[in-house]
Amino acid sequence: MPKVSMTVNGKPVSGDVDSRTLLVQFLRETLRLTGTHVGCDTSQCGCCVVHVDGDAVKSCTALALSLEGADVRTIEGLANGDKLHPMQEAFRENHGLQCGFCTPGMIMTAVELVSRKGHTLDEKTIREELEGNLCRCTGYHNIVKAIAAGATAMGAKA
Amino acid sequence: MSAQGVGASVLRKEDFRFVTGRGRYTDDINRPGQAHAFFLRSPHAHATINRIDHAAASKMPGVVAIFTGDDIAADKVGGLICGWMIHSKDGSPMKAGAHPALAQGKVRYVGDHVAVVIADTYAQAREAAEKIVVDYGVLPAVTDTADAARTGAPQVHDIAPNNTVYNWHIGDKGATDAAFASARHVAKIDLVNNRLVPNAMEPRAAVGEYDDASDGLVLYTTSQNPHVARLVLSAFIGLAPEHRFRVIAPDVGGGFGSKIFIYAEETVCVWAARKVRRPVKWTADRTEAFLSDAHGRDHVTHGELALDAAGKITAMRVRTTANLGAYLSTFSSCVPTYLYALLLSGQYNIPNIYAEVDAVYTNTAPVDAYRGAGRPEASFLVERLMEIAARETGKDPAEFRRANFITAFPHQTPVILAYDAGNFAASLDSALKLADYANIGKRKAASAAQGKLRGIGFSAYIEACGIAPSAAVGSLGAGVGLWESAEVRVNPIGTVEILTGSHSHGQGHETTFAQLVSGRLGIPFENVSIVHGDTDKVQMGMGTYGSRSGAVGMSAIVKALDKIEAKARKVAGHCLEASPDDIEFRDGKFTVKGTDKSIDFPSVALQAYIAHKFNGQDLEPGLKESAFWDPTNFTFPAGVHICEVEVDPATGVTTIEKWTAVDDFGNLVNPMIVEGQVHGGIAQGVGQALFEGAVYNTDGQLVTASFMDYQMPRADNLPFYDVGTTNTPCPSNPLGIKGCGEAGAIAAPPAVINALTDALGHEDIAMPASPLAVWRAARKTMAMKTAAE
Ligand code: FES
Ligand code: FES
Repeated sequence: MPKVSMTVNGKPVSGDVDSRTLLVQFLRETLRLTGTHVGCDTSQCGCCVVHVDGDAVKSCTALALSLEGADVRTIEGLANGDKLHPMQEAFRENHGLQCGFCTPGMIMTAVELVSRKGHTLDEKTIREELEGNLCRCTGYHNIVKAIAAGATAMGAKA
Repeated sequence: MSAQGVGASVLRKEDFRFVTGRGRYTDDINRPGQAHAFFLRSPHAHATINRIDHAAASKMPGVVAIFTGDDIAADKVGGLICGWMIHSKDGSPMKAGAHPALAQGKVRYVGDHVAVVIADTYAQAREAAEKIVVDYGVLPAVTDTADAARTGAPQVHDIAPNNTVYNWHIGDKGATDAAFASARHVAKIDLVNNRLVPNAMEPRAAVGEYDDASDGLVLYTTSQNPHVARLVLSAFIGLAPEHRFRVIAPDVGGGFGSKIFIYAEETVCVWAARKVRRPVKWTADRTEAFLSDAHGRDHVTHGELALDAAGKITAMRVRTTANLGAYLSTFSSCVPTYLYALLLSGQYNIPNIYAEVDAVYTNTAPVDAYRGAGRPEASFLVERLMEIAARETGKDPAEFRRANFITAFPHQTPVILAYDAGNFAASLDSALKLADYANIGKRKAASAAQGKLRGIGFSAYIEACGIAPSAAVGSLGAGVGLWESAEVRVNPIGTVEILTGSHSHGQGHETTFAQLVSGRLGIPFENVSIVHGDTDKVQMGMGTYGSRSGAVGMSAIVKALDKIEAKARKVAGHCLEASPDDIEFRDGKFTVKGTDKSIDFPSVALQAYIAHKFNGQDLEPGLKESAFWDPTNFTFPAGVHICEVEVDPATGVTTIEKWTAVDDFGNLVNPMIVEGQVHGGIAQGVGQALFEGAVYNTDGQLVTASFMDYQMPRADNLPFYDVGTTNTPCPSNPLGIKGCGEAGAIAAPPAVINALTDALGHEDIAMPASPLAVWRAARKTMAMKTAAE
């Protein structure tokens, strides 16, 4: 089996993978980083979003082998120890999650959104940018509020 | 109200682990030496299985075992059951076709389970499955609800002639017909309540494990009710006795009903684990979820409402055909009967109701409870009829409803239920104000000036929750009682563990239940933990569905806390050398009345365990109590939702401009969580009204089996919701709670369709009102306008 090496959450990692192994399988099954979830098989739900070299990527849609040398960040790598990232804190404070299954993907999507669109996000922008993320629990109301608040908080911190 | 007690919007305890990726869902669990299961599913909707040849597949790399229905039969594994007996009009019991965990001789829907391959890896199991050769004798299929009972339709089960599960009815036919005969006006509707796929974001999963030391089984599964799963897998399917069977439902990523049921996959995983002496894991992919999760709704209905000259309702008559799919799922039979027809009185004084429900088999996935379960179907029918009746008689839809509201409680409906409390006008008034109904005319004119069509729609729903008094549901055919259990364990240092039979899969029980305990015992919120979802820890429970965790589950905790307080009072009495009757308990402190002699709760807990201050023969050491709560009535959440839409006739796109919800849930434990439940329910209801619909073609292929083909509501399809509440506390439980989990999904569909039909000016639109359907309907509107000019 071929071997792949990359940086995940700041640590160098490597593992033997099948040529068909997806990034999400490498993360969940090889590295046991189970915070990244799989909610579909058609690249529609966004439960699996991680950052690859700073971009939000659906890890169910990338082959692990294609990411040799990449810098990957998952939900597990977002908080600073027990201190939550402002976007994580915003989801908690705004009740932006219920069952929590979509949440890691939502938060990773949101953090990357802020890096592209800045700290002042209006409702329409947030809703449009969530086109690739499904949540069955929250009706999105509190997710949209959380992302707006998280974006502001990320700016205050910077 | 304390800062973290009942009534406070406390942030959720569970969120830290979820936002950091530390949640532990079933698919996150891996057991040493585990093998993986792949289910070979039927590609045909209806076929005999003449032969299965898995010789070549068995030789594929990594394959541990391949099992088929023959192996299930040889091991005498019982079939999946339906736990609610419904009798037909003629008194005959419902016709329950056999439901083996792996098909035996015949497959009955696309996705039906033909064989399971167990291999070292999932990829190997899947590859090997492709080598299995099945000789099918393809049969014609029946998929259409309205068509299933037709003479000559393909027969799904031999035991059920005309594919009929039951012909059930309720109400007084004679009196209802008489009321119709003398009606001044009759409003009528023919509707389809579209079939939905629940689509919790976490797909179903199971890990079965066999422990040869104890000859016991362990099952990790995505369940809303692990104890019921254990009961069914033990007592009916016969895999192992309950005392040697542990079922664990860890973090569960949403359920909405679909994870109540006991499915073939978890049955097979835990059975196979014993056969292969290895843990066996299976996780559904989304396609499998579409094909094999129990679907929801799927009714075809004709309804009529009779009015007298004053515009008062005198009767309702309903005829519904409900599609239950290819097999009876765990609770399917009660959904279109007792969870549906009992709600047909809505919020209204309707003296006579008669409803007939025929349930049919088809070659489609089983249909069972999905958020609201029967009650959305009832409220859609009632609220569409109310809207149409108001329009046809030239009345304002809000005032027409008000004129027919039930205003005196308790109120006995003609369909079994007795509503205990409510104030429907209060919710209506509040909603009208929030929705700025007074100015809807101006807003419609502004839209019209832009070439758009604006409409407003009402939904005054009621539901029966807190399911349910055991004896009552028993008399209606339920196989189990629907109480709940709780155990309160106070540790010697005064921290508390609550063991509950309720199960949280997004509802936030770790927070709300801790609020109750912290407020009641006067101890910090952080010092309370909630234990649930493990049959080895919690003795017994009925689980979470039907908005029952608050009304039933928390009531059980209250009852156990009453016992804790009574005992702690006795211990405190010994410590303070006073009679327990002279002691008052407030803010976490036991005080001798009229003195400053007191002892706090943690100290009492410690004294209870060291047992130095009292005679252990007179008073047992320790502080641990349990209780079972059996409700005395259903609870009746009710409210008014108002939806305002704008339609672009050029594109058919419907935009929800404004959503107003005013709900009476009785007392609230955590308003933030309640609002979240309402939001999520509305989104699912809007999904049903505008986007979602499971479609089978005539061959029985599910053509909407992915998120590419089945439109889930997304963030940019939905607005912010204006959510308010009113409160008439529920009289039948100690906390006055009614339940809030299903309200949105029940209220929303008729609100949307009433708004759309208001915008369109005609009733000719069905769910889901997709842009294409709305565009067509808007062309009819334009033609009507031109004709009128
Ligand atoms: S799992 Fe990646 S988009 Fe659904
Ligand atoms: S919180 Fe459950 S899917 Fe989003």
